[in-house]
Amino acid sequence: MQKLVPSSLSRRDLLAASTASLTGAVLAQAEDASPEETAHADAGTAMRPPIRAQVSFTVNDRPRELDLDTRTTLLDALREHLHLTGTKKGCDHGQCGACTVLVGGVRINSCLTLAVMHQGDAIITIEGLGTPENMHRMQTAFVKHDGYQCGYCTPGQICSAVAVIGEIEAGIPSHVTPDLTGTPELVAEEIRERMSGNICRCGAYSNIVDAITEVAGSRA
Amino acid sequence: MTPFTYERAGSPAEAAAAAARTPGARFIAGGTNLLDLMKLQIETPAHLIDVNGLALDTIEATKDGGLRIGALVRNTALAADRRVRRDYALLSRALLAGASGQLRNKATTAGNLLQRTRCPYFYDTVQPCNKRRPGSGCAAIGGVSRQLAIIGTSEACIATHPSDMAVALRALDASVETVQADGAPRRIPLAEFHRLPGDTPHIETVLEPGELITAVRLPKPVGGRHIYRKVRDRASYAFALVSIGAILHEDGSGQVALGGVAHKPWRVEAAEAELPRGAKAAAEQILAGARPSRDNAFKITLVERTLAAVLAEARG
Repeated sequence: MQKLVPSSLSRRDLLAASTASLTGAVLAQAEDASPEETAHADAGTAMRPPIRAQVSFTVNDRPRELDLDTRTTLLDALREHLHLTGTKKGCDHGQCGACTVLVGGVRINSCLTLAVMHQGDAIITIEGLGTPENMHRMQTAFVKHDGYQCGYCTPGQICSAVAVIGEIEAGIPSHVTPDLTGTPELVAEEIRERMSGNICRCGAYSNIVDAITEVAGSRA
Repeated sequence: MTPFTYERAGSPAEAAAAAARTPGARFIAGGTNLLDLMKLQIETPAHLIDVNGLALDTIEATKDGGLRIGALVRNTALAADRRVRRDYALLSRALLAGASGQLRNKATTAGNLLQRTRCPYFYDTVQPCNKRRPGSGCAAIGGVSRQLAIIGTSEACIATHPSDMAVALRALDASVETVQADGAPRRIPLAEFHRLPGDTPHIETVLEPGELITAVRLPKPVGGRHIYRKVRDRASYAFALVSIGAILHEDGSGQVALGGVAHKPWRVEAAEAELPRGAKAAAEQILAGARPSRDNAFKITLVERTLAAVLAEARG
């Protein structure tokens, strides 16, 4: 239910907001919208004050509660509010895959989803997959096969790769699966197609495929 | 992004009513297209209604032997459904040809239908665009139009609809179920769901204000060979220059819809009688009245050749 309304809202706005039956989110006073968040305000929308809401979810098995501008993406919540900077911002438009994280075990682009839409979700980032002392075997395989150069896309590549193996094992077909009614195989062609949402500007693709193939093979 | 209030809807009817009475409200489900556009200030909703909590994420068999796909079924889940893979392979193939794994995991059935064009002039906010700012003009006409529409265009807009899924649904004779702002349900054949641009390209579907998609229905399976052929600049993760979704039977008859050529999935039922005579005869009728630009006239030839490849694959 609605709890608080920004003080700068007019009476008419308040009435409109009330009738909107805000069931989930809690509105609170705007305090510290970043310059980035306010810089592009357009004519006609410039008068709208920032709106805040609360959300709670777990990140790498740790419960987190945040009070955020509703515009905050999951990516920005992870990086700027929880200071988990392993997840990278590349294009910020869902095209490059650098921001890939696992939500409920499913890989998504964290830049194209709002943090407030993840109430109760279980989020895993690269920091939750492994640590420098105890790496996930996909991380180990990327090191062994030199699956990166600059490393910026690597956390997204690794989160995506872990999920790809799970998707193939779950029998989810892809564009290159020859027989839709059959079972997809853990082969390079499948891995390349399924990893196409993760761009590597250094061009480490063949080594990335080698790393994933090794981990997939050790599971089979 | 401009600031917005946010609520989670409790039921489809409640969501539709809230959207109809709240100025500037938009539904959000997967968010993969809407948030992209909000970051660019192309979409500036004052209020978001999160519909992810609505129980619309199942695929159920219908009494008439078809399937009812909940509006919130994710593209990955729909493509992977055993019944869809067996009886509506065209739909699985089309879904899997679109976007990336990450995006398909988030994008929903209803959101896929409602995604907006990727016309570069729609995305470039310093350019005139009748779809983005009605009455401002169309920079795509006379501009770089290689990706854009060749048929069903108008003097106001030559944008294409980007969905692969919608092409398959058009060939499959799907229909869209909705709930209107007053709570009344409605069923819209997919053929009538998307509009041609005319002089109001900013109005893309026949949905009324507040109207919420609840499901997509597929009629009972018709058998045949299901083929989705997508021609694009990259082998993966790219929009179609031309795509063809086809169901073809041994007697040469079939159902064919095109993507990448128009403001909506393009199907000309009358032209399907020409299919037994081959790709050239059918393509000529499907694209009768096409008005390509210098940049995209190649799509006329590409449609014919892609259809020829599809017909050959069905025979083979």
